[in-house]
Amino acid sequence: MSLKIQNLQVKAQNKLIIKGVSLEIKPGEIVALMGPNGSGKSSLANALAGNPIYKIIGGKASMDGKNLLNLKPHERVKAGLFLAWQNPIAVSGVSVESLLRMAVLNCRQRRCRTVCAFREELEREAVKLKINKSWLNRGINVGFSGGEKKKLELLQLLLLKPKYAVLDEIDSGLDIDSLKLLAKIRQPEQGILLITHYTRVFKYLKPSKVLVMKQGRIAASGGRELIKKIEKDGYGKFN
Amino acid sequence: MESLIKQISKTKHEPKWMLELRLEALKIFQKMPLPRFGPDLAEIDFKAIKYFKEPKTATKRSWSRVPQKTKETFAKLGIPQAERRVLAGVGAQWDSGIIYQSLKEKLKKQGVIFCSMDEAIQEYPELIRPYFMKAIAMDNNKFSALHAAVWSGGVFVYLPEGVKIKQPLEGFFWLNLKQGGQFEHTLILAEKASQLEYIEGCSAPVYSQNSLHVGCVEVFVKEKARVKFSTIQNWSKNVINLGMKRAIVEKAGVMQWVSAALGSRITMSYPTSILKGDGAKTTHLSLSLADQGQELDTGGQIIHLGEDTSGTIISKSICQNNGRTAYRGLVKIIKGAKKAKASVNCDSLILGKKSRAATFPAMEIGESDVVALHEAKTGKISEEELFYLMSRGLSEAEATSLIINGFCEAVVKNLPLEYAVEINRLIDFYAEHSEN
Repeated sequence: MSLKIQNLQVKAQNKLIIKGVSLEIKPGEIVALMGPNGSGKSSLANALAGNPIYKIIGGKASMDGKNLLNLKPHERVKAGLFLAWQNPIAVSGVSVESLLRMAVLNCRQRRCRTVCAFREELEREAVKLKINKSWLNRGINVGFSGGEKKKLELLQLLLLKPKYAVLDEIDSGLDIDSLKLLAKIRQPEQGILLITHYTRVFKYLKPSKVLVMKQGRIAASGGRELIKKIEKDGYGKFN
Repeated sequence: MESLIKQISKTKHEPKWMLELRLEALKIFQKMPLPRFGPDLAEIDFKAIKYFKEPKTATKRSWSRVPQKTKETFAKLGIPQAERRVLAGVGAQWDSGIIYQSLKEKLKKQGVIFCSMDEAIQEYPELIRPYFMKAIAMDNNKFSALHAAVWSGGVFVYLPEGVKIKQPLEGFFWLNLKQGGQFEHTLILAEKASQLEYIEGCSAPVYSQNSLHVGCVEVFVKEKARVKFSTIQNWSKNVINLGMKRAIVEKAGVMQWVSAALGSRITMSYPTSILKGDGAKTTHLSLSLADQGQELDTGGQIIHLGEDTSGTIISKSICQNNGRTAYRGLVKIIKGAKKAKASVNCDSLILGKKSRAATFPAMEIGESDVVALHEAKTGKISEEELFYLMSRGLSEAEATSLIINGFCEAVVKNLPLEYAVEINRLIDFYAEHSEN
């Protein structure tokens, strides 16, 4: 049981941007993926989610033994993979509630849910995240601040209850209170790939493994001791 | 043609002034050229058109000749079998009279007149005469002249001062109008501080054997009155639809146009509001869905004459399978219309490689103390938006449908509920069949 990537190679716009990456996340485990801008972290996240811009040209990716790469994007979500976007996309006219209702209907086993029951659950989770109820009727990510968009990503994470979540820079834009909240609301069985630039998030979400990515490759991997090294020296020394 | 017009007038037992108006209009029609913009109308053979049929002789066609696609759409929309037959032009009896009788009587007690134009012209000629073809001038264009010359059918609504009707009036269902007519004229007089919502048409495909439709709608919104006029147009794909709609809005009156154009082969429709009185307001919401072989040229005009007037146009058009849409609009603010506010937002969504969308916005502003905004967007469904929704567990078709629904939302949410539901279903139908 794990989310497992082996020697994955990814091209975008005819350029090789992920040059053979391997990693594994077990249920309940937090794996941190760090690295400078443009090192390929978000590309990896998008490739896992099945973004058609990214073409997989080699390697494997599986979730609990199931090959992810021949699943369509929505089938990967149904199988239990969730991507929290670095820059969530605004879709005007599609309300937070209507998107989430459809998403939940598609992804959960238990299907016979009334609209009211769903709305109640949505509001309950929103309260946890200190999300104003009025947001739920607004267009998804339309006119929200960076931090608010991140909270909406967390709301979706809460409702979809994935087995594995890829959190792409979820900490940028979120205030300390929300970061604490993120640690609190996490389901213990969830495996998390935590992509980040900054080390402050580790105060609340403690990774068991830390990977450093540079130029499409894993340049270093280790335990939490790597975090201190990065805080001290930056990414320059990894090659 | 002159003798035909005399015959129409005689059959309808019209007063002399109406016949004179028709004959004058005919002269204008014969002199005027076709419009020099929009879809090519040169194919219209005015001699071949049947301008008038007495209702009794309207021919029926058999259910088996109704195109399969129309039948499928009816089924998709969940239209009851009995209504399907009427909509398809099969011409079965459709007795809506009983259903609406009690409502009609209630209206009557309030002094509301709600009847067919043919009836009105005989019963209330003095009420009609000062308004008929006064919002839309006969010589506005070749087709307004043609309409005035050969019009028949349509609806007359009169609202006395202060009367507010909560339930929307639906001519098509309430008055049991047979297929809406070809040159129907609808006239609405809303006296001071009255309020009305009127729904024209229906969202199911309506079969018509007539290839040219030129209806006119004239609305007179008196001081502080409010009128909302919703049109759902879904003529069969053989029809050229050149309807005109125009409202004159007096002091502090409010006019709202909501239009959804789904059917017809060619449509040219630009509802107009003339904001005559100070503080008059108008909102124009329009949605066009053009599929294969369709050319929908729609938009709106707002003319600001009074001070502190405000007008909003929101137009959404979608084309797919080489359908074509165009937004054509005009906002005019005359000198002296101080503090006028105008806002235009026209967006087009292009589905499929061969579909086309065009935008022709115009603003003529003669006054400096105004606020005028214009926004336009044309494009395909963004891959990013699509993938974002798919990364939430939605299939491509579901994501497409949600995006298209979202695109139309600003207009659809203002349609009467049952129509909004049907249009949402149609959009799902679009999403399933789009070859994006």
